[in-house]
Amino acid sequence: MIALEKRPQPSRAWAMATPVAAVLATMIAGGVLFVALGKDPLAAIETIFWEPLFGEFSFYYRPQLLVKGAPLVLIAIGLSLGFRAGIWNIGAEGQYIMGAITGAGVALAFYPMEAWYIFPLMVIAGALGGWIWAMIPAVLRVKFGTNEILVSLMLVYVAEQLLASMSLGLLKNPEGYGFPGSRNLQQYPSAYNADLIEGSGMHWGVVAALIAVIFAYVLLNRHMLGFHIRLTGEAPKAARFAGVRPARLVLFCLGTSGALAGLAGLFEVSGPSGQISIDFNAGYGFTAIIVAFLGRLHPVGILLAGLLMALTYIGGDIAQSQMGLPAAAIQVFQGMLLFFLLAFDILTNFRIRFGKAEVA
Amino acid sequence: MDLSAINPVLLLASLMVAATPILLAAIGELVVEKAGVLNLGVEGMMIVGAIAGFATAVETGSPWLGFVAAAAGGAVLSALFALLTLVALANQVASGLALTLFGLGLSALMGQSYVGVKPPAFAQLDIPVLSDLPVLGPILFAHDPVLYLGIAIVAGVWALLKYTRAGLILRAVGENHDAAHALGYKVVRIRLLAILAGGACAGLGGAYISLVRVPQWTEGMTAGAGWIALALVVFASWKPWRVLLGAWLFGGITVLQLNLQAAGVAIPVEYLAMSPYLVTILVLVILSADKSSAPASLGRNFHAST
Repeated sequence: MIALEKRPQPSRAWAMATPVAAVLATMIAGGVLFVALGKDPLAAIETIFWEPLFGEFSFYYRPQLLVKGAPLVLIAIGLSLGFRAGIWNIGAEGQYIMGAITGAGVALAFYPMEAWYIFPLMVIAGALGGWIWAMIPAVLRVKFGTNEILVSLMLVYVAEQLLASMSLGLLKNPEGYGFPGSRNLQQYPSAYNADLIEGSGMHWGVVAALIAVIFAYVLLNRHMLGFHIRLTGEAPKAARFAGVRPARLVLFCLGTSGALAGLAGLFEVSGPSGQISIDFNAGYGFTAIIVAFLGRLHPVGILLAGLLMALTYIGGDIAQSQMGLPAAAIQVFQGMLLFFLLAFDILTNFRIRFGKAEVA
Repeated sequence: MDLSAINPVLLLASLMVAATPILLAAIGELVVEKAGVLNLGVEGMMIVGAIAGFATAVETGSPWLGFVAAAAGGAVLSALFALLTLVALANQVASGLALTLFGLGLSALMGQSYVGVKPPAFAQLDIPVLSDLPVLGPILFAHDPVLYLGIAIVAGVWALLKYTRAGLILRAVGENHDAAHALGYKVVRIRLLAILAGGACAGLGGAYISLVRVPQWTEGMTAGAGWIALALVVFASWKPWRVLLGAWLFGGITVLQLNLQAAGVAIPVEYLAMSPYLVTILVLVILSADKSSAPASLGRNFHAST
């Protein structure tokens, strides 16, 4: 008989080991999936995890790692703050879209003027756009006790419609021969979020992601507010006695994650993507949820998890073009990763005892 | 703009159809939540049900088998959730999200070869005599059988929770799992059954979209219906008949905005398409003041310590 015994304290060793175990288990289960799809599993795994880093064209793929990883890390850092306190913002995708719309909106309002202050203004606008979008569920939860999970998610669909409306209407390129989508910001030097070092993939979004990691680390380990966030998640009653004001925490966590998601959207629209279009959003807001959990809600962990997840995106693209692996397969792959992670987490919080079950 | 093009009888008839997917998913989730489990994976279970039902119906030519497969598909996916939350004691919110993300990917993978395929048509169940009634006939009595099944499930759940011993035990588990455990009820087993039932209902709801309402397969076609169903349970204060009422309300808004789009109202299409989501938020705000009827153990995991 196998019995579970709750550990007095979560095991630190297992907390570190479970993400690694989950990745390995996902590779195995993913291999089975690839076999079912009629592909060579070892070749597929190699293409996804090895090719982008050390393959023939790695000089092209390595910068992509930063380009794809930065928005994931940026969003996941914000989400992790709330997740730690039991505040569930799952509408980062919507905040990401709103940040892109407001940021690009500022740029297009100045077009074709050239000035040094346009890009900083866009950054502020992008963060504000995401922040405002996240404040809707935050204020509703604080004022009316509305469930922030449902509201933030509903707003993703609203934002998607708004994005469609913007790319067909207000922000449409007047010289675009009637095609939907805005002007390309890559051709507007004052607004273009170019690589800081040519060809490195290192744009301002990467810098912002690194700053966010450091900021979150300091906040959680060295600051009272970070302590309150952790306390609320781990012992809500104790938090109340300690004088934590839940309303302030909700506003802070949702607001911060919204602003960071908005920033991610802005850096994407002004850099790699270049324009507002109907299919601008690529699901980063949802994948970031996996990143946050895979990184154990820890800033450094999220940084590593974000890079790993970016790797699966890039590797998935390669596998798609070289082996004909369907795009959805990589989505399943990422979903499985979260499954295994949550399942293995039992080892962190419980000890497994083999032996006779005692009679209750 | 031509509002006279909107036929109120057809509008109400299509309202019934539009309401059915969220009705099915929501009534299933109501049972799950009554057992004290919050499964946020409704969207994922619906979309897997949608493709499982669609694929089976296309391959076998029988929409009935499609619905059976959809229920099975939803239940299998929900079993994963049960494994995570009941056995591995993982956080329910995170596990539900995982289920949705996984389900969306899985359905896209399964559905690749079914894009653009036409499913076998479902025979209308015209109830004799009644369906010939003017006005009421087409609205209430000329639909497909699954729509009536949905309403029957609502009635069944209501009766189960209110009048039967099984319903009482289910509610006891949801209100206080420790007390229920002390009384000797198998908390984990009861919750497992509730989760599977919820998954099957969500699967049916998904298949209703792909087989009856649309009917075809496109990636991500549930478009938030699962999340609206979750909101609906809150809206209904965990009461079965109110789920029906809420589903009709949301169905009505969906149908109305589609009709307004077709009639060419001066509001841009995108803003009309937002309306069901905005109304959901609005309703949630109005109704979230009263949380007294939520099951007390909702979202908490159970672990027998001795």
